[in-house]
This record gives sequence, structure tokens and C-alpha cells, in this order.
Amino acid sequence: MVGATAADDLQTKASSLLVRNVSKVHVSADGTHVAALSDVSLSIAAGELVSLVGPSGCGKSTLLRLIAGLDAPSSGELRIGANPISGPSAERGLVFQDPNLFPWLTVRRNIESGLAARNVLREKRHDVDDFMRLVGLESFANAFPHQLSGGMAQRVALARALVNHPRVLLLDEPLGALDAFTRMRMQDEVLRLWQNRGTTMLLVTHDIDEAIYMSDRIVMMTPRPGRIERIIEINQPRPRQRNSSEFLELRGRILEMLHFAGENAQAPNR
Amino acid sequence: MSMEGISTSFVMSPPAKAAAPRRSPGPRAILTAAAPFIATSVALAVDRLPSHQTTLPSHLYPLLLEITLGLSLIALLLQLALAPVRTWFAPKAPLLAAFVLLLGFWDLITLKLALMPLPYFPGPDLVIQNLVDNWRMLATCTGYSLLLLSVGFMVGASLGVFCGVLIGWSIRFRYWGMPVLKVLGPIPATALVPLALMLFPTAFISGTSLIALAVWFPVTMLTASGIANVRVSYLDVARTLGAGRVFLIFRVAIPAAMPSIFIGLFMGLGASFLTLIVAETVGVRSGLGWYLAWAQQWADYGKVYAVIVIMAFFFSGLMTLLFKLRDRVLVWQKGVIKW
Repeated sequence: MVGATAADDLQTKASSLLVRNVSKVHVSADGTHVAALSDVSLSIAAGELVSLVGPSGCGKSTLLRLIAGLDAPSSGELRIGANPISGPSAERGLVFQDPNLFPWLTVRRNIESGLAARNVLREKRHDVDDFMRLVGLESFANAFPHQLSGGMAQRVALARALVNHPRVLLLDEPLGALDAFTRMRMQDEVLRLWQNRGTTMLLVTHDIDEAIYMSDRIVMMTPRPGRIERIIEINQPRPRQRNSSEFLELRGRILEMLHFAGENAQAPNR
Repeated sequence: MSMEGISTSFVMSPPAKAAAPRRSPGPRAILTAAAPFIATSVALAVDRLPSHQTTLPSHLYPLLLEITLGLSLIALLLQLALAPVRTWFAPKAPLLAAFVLLLGFWDLITLKLALMPLPYFPGPDLVIQNLVDNWRMLATCTGYSLLLLSVGFMVGASLGVFCGVLIGWSIRFRYWGMPVLKVLGPIPATALVPLALMLFPTAFISGTSLIALAVWFPVTMLTASGIANVRVSYLDVARTLGAGRVFLIFRVAIPAAMPSIFIGLFMGLGASFLTLIVAETVGVRSGLGWYLAWAQQWADYGKVYAVIVIMAFFFSGLMTLLFKLRDRVLVWQKGVIKW
């Protein structure tokens, strides 16, 4: 979709991420304490694509919000590169399941808002065109968000986050609301963006196939309290085949670990 | 203040299938096209009846009807000849016809049948005569009213948005501001007339401040609620884009609260009309409200109705203006919600 030269211009420096002994306790309205995350440690190399997988309530989104700086941990430390994370910043872009486009702005102005928020719109306005081309939305520049399909809206949200050249891109189930076909197409798009730009990506997902298809490593989490149960490395070369025997074997193993394989299921080739 | 005007704009919807254009118009379409002409003929026929009330003979009303008759005949012929004219005119025809019929009915129950007592219910001829005879005075009064109203509305709306943003955004302002708002806000501005007259050096300033107060309350209330209810995820997204507080307030919270702010502005505009008329009646010795009270004192009901007609156009014109502004500012809502 884009030539290599255009992609090179958009290349940014990626950063590593370090999560060390992080816990997060939510205090609910009636005063009860709920441990959302308990002693989580995770190290992500610059340029890596890591998935967080686990059932609801395992603290995946909480961890993402902590890394984004939107919430503060109850204990432990978070670092991006060598710097501690103390609040939200444009170096850590975040894309939610709901695209959360500003409905009062056109597609173009939504993407520009990343630059406007940092007061660099004047100098960097020409970047916006590159990013609209990158996500294939040039012809929708003046459309309002409600006129877009779910997939298009999510592409705008990606472009809006990417226009700031974040060192880390945090994705909170970004494709969760899309239909199966759009989702698979978008997985390829996100992979393409990742490969072109080399940004570190941390992807929260419910979808095991998505995690296997996309990530370098899968971090499996368990709920109550949220903690990391296991980290699985995926060494298959990209582009991966969704129906290859290695893919299916891995999928079976992960389902078994999550106890979703079925009553009498046997993991193949164990 | 009623909120009815907010969800329904001034768009006239055509009754039934009046707008469906066909090559050769059917009997229904012809009837619709001819409706204004028929109605005007009826009104003119009523006007020709012998009068049961003795008033000054006025030639303006019949002249107006005759002009309308001519225009509606031209409109009818054009519609029969040209389909596009029919499509354009058909939705308006029944309303126009009804309006002219209403004039005829008014003429009938006042001048012709003398069912309504004088001087309280003059016929349309007298009111139209007054509109024309006193147009200079009425225009001057409209000008004064417009000045008082626009200054008061602008001040009240600006203060309201300002206070609303503070109260909606900051917990501290909410703590101190809400009680003040809850106690002061519901007092009808008109109840403060004596206080305002005493506090301010000129009647114009006291009138302006009363109108500003009447506008301020709903605008503050609705702005604060709009700001406080901005989706948190919009703010979260903006923060991860590197936004500071100024951007969060001015580029996220306020635009997101705009629909709510406009509801406050509509309510405030309604309140400002009421306050304007009261202020002009009791304090400010000029404007449409003053003219109304003055004409009523002289039992000159022709003038009373004339100024009410002016008010109707004046106020609905201002409402329409605010609707137009809303349509521009909230153009992004088109297709999301029904206005």
C-alpha cells in the first residue's frame, strides 16, 4: 500500500518497557479493596510486539492504563527506556477498543489533533497526509466519524496515535469490536504498520488466534488477583499461516493452559 | 422555560404526499396548488360583507388581500405549468392557505358579525393599519429592544459558559459554585426588578443585568452538566496524545459539551424574552414591552396587537438565528441525532 521510502520517513525510535513488581489496588465505592494487579513484572524489548491474553478481570487493561500513565500503580515501578513513567505522554500512544474519535472533528482534524495537542501542528501538518495515506483514508479526509465503518474508524484512531511517533504503542483490544473478516484484515494492517515503523507494541486481546498471528511473545494472565501466569515465545516467521500445523498446535496448547480446550481434549503432539 | 423548541426545529414537514411530483398533476395536487388562491378568495368575500362595527374605513386590508389573490393566482398557474415549481411550493401551500383563512375568520367574527367586544378585539384591518401607520415608532422600539436584549444575552451567555466550564471542570468550583447556583438560579429574574432598579445607575444597565441573569442560570447549569459528563475516554485519549489542561478544556471538553451548551442557550433565550418585556414595562422606558404597556394604557388595542405581531416576528427571528448558529456549530451531529 505504501512504498518503502514513505515508510522510512515515518520511522521512529522505539523504546523498551520495564514493569517491575507492579501492583494495583482498586478501591470501589463501598470501600472494598480489589487487587487488580498483583506483583506483575514484565520486560519488553524495543521494537517487540507483545500480546496480553487472559480472561476478563485479569488486569490486562489495568496494566495498559498504568503504562499509558493514566493511572498510578499502588506499588512497583514502570519505566520506558531509562525513564520512570509518571503520567500520560505522547511517547506512549493508546488505542482503545472503541476508536474514541472526537465526533466533532473530521477525519483529518482527528488525526491532526495528535499534533495540535502538543502544539506542533504548524510545523508538522504535512505529516498528516502521510499518515492518512498510511492507513488508506485520503478520500475520507473530510468525513465525520459517524460516517465511517468500524474498521475505518479504528484506522483513524491508529493514525491519530501514530502521528505523534510514539515510542510505544499500546493497543487495548483495538480490533475487538470488528467483525471477523475486518479483524483479520486489520491484523495485517497493524502488522504492516509495526513492521514499517518498528514501534514497540503492546496488544491486549481476547482473541488467541490474533495473539498467535501477530506477537513475538504472548503474556498469559490470570484473574483475581491479576498476575502473569506464563509467557510464550512465538518463533514462527511472518507472515504466519493461520492454518499451519504449528499455528494450530500452539493454539491448542494455549487453550489447554486456559482450560478452554474442552472436557476431553488432548493437546496435539505433546 | 420550556424545552420544546429545542428538539424540534422550524422545519415544516409537508402533510401527506403533497410533495410527490408527477408529470401531470392529479386532482389532489391541483387542489393543493389552488388552496392559497381559494382561501384568499374566501377571505376577500368575507371582507365584502357588510360591517357590523363602526371603525374608520381602512383600505389596507382589502388591498393586501387583493395583492395576495393576484400572487396566489400567478403561483397556481406556474404550478400547473412547471413541475419544479409545484415541488417547491406544494409543502408551503396548505400553511399559507390556512393563514389567510385565519385572517378571514378573524375578520368575520370581529367586523362582520361583531361577536367580539370592542375595543379589546379589533379586526385585522385596524391592526394592519396600525402596523403601517406606526412603523417608524415600532421600528425604533424594536431597535431599542434588540440592543437591550443582545447586550444582556451576550453578557449572560458568556458569563454562563465561563461559570459552567469552571463548575463542570473543577471540583473546588463545583463545591462552592453549585450551592450559589442552586439558590440564586431558580429566582425568576423578574422578581429582582426592584433590586436591579435600585442597584444600577441607569435603567438600561439594570435591564441588561436582569436579562443577563436570566440567561446566565440555564447556560451555567447546562454547560456545567455538559462539561462534567464529557466521556472520560475522550479525555484519556487526549492525554495520551500529549494534551495539557488548556487543550483538554478548550479542544475536548467544550466541543464535547456543545450540544448541552446549546440547550442552555435556547432556554436562556426564552428566559431573556420574558425578562426583556418585564424590564421594559416597569423600568426601561423604551422598547417593545414599553410600547405594549403604553398602548394598553390608552386602550388602543389596534396598537397592542400590532406590537404583538412585531414581537412574534422579532422573537421567532432570534430563535431561528440561534437555530442556524446551532446547525453550523453542531454540523457534526447531523445524522447522529434527529433535530
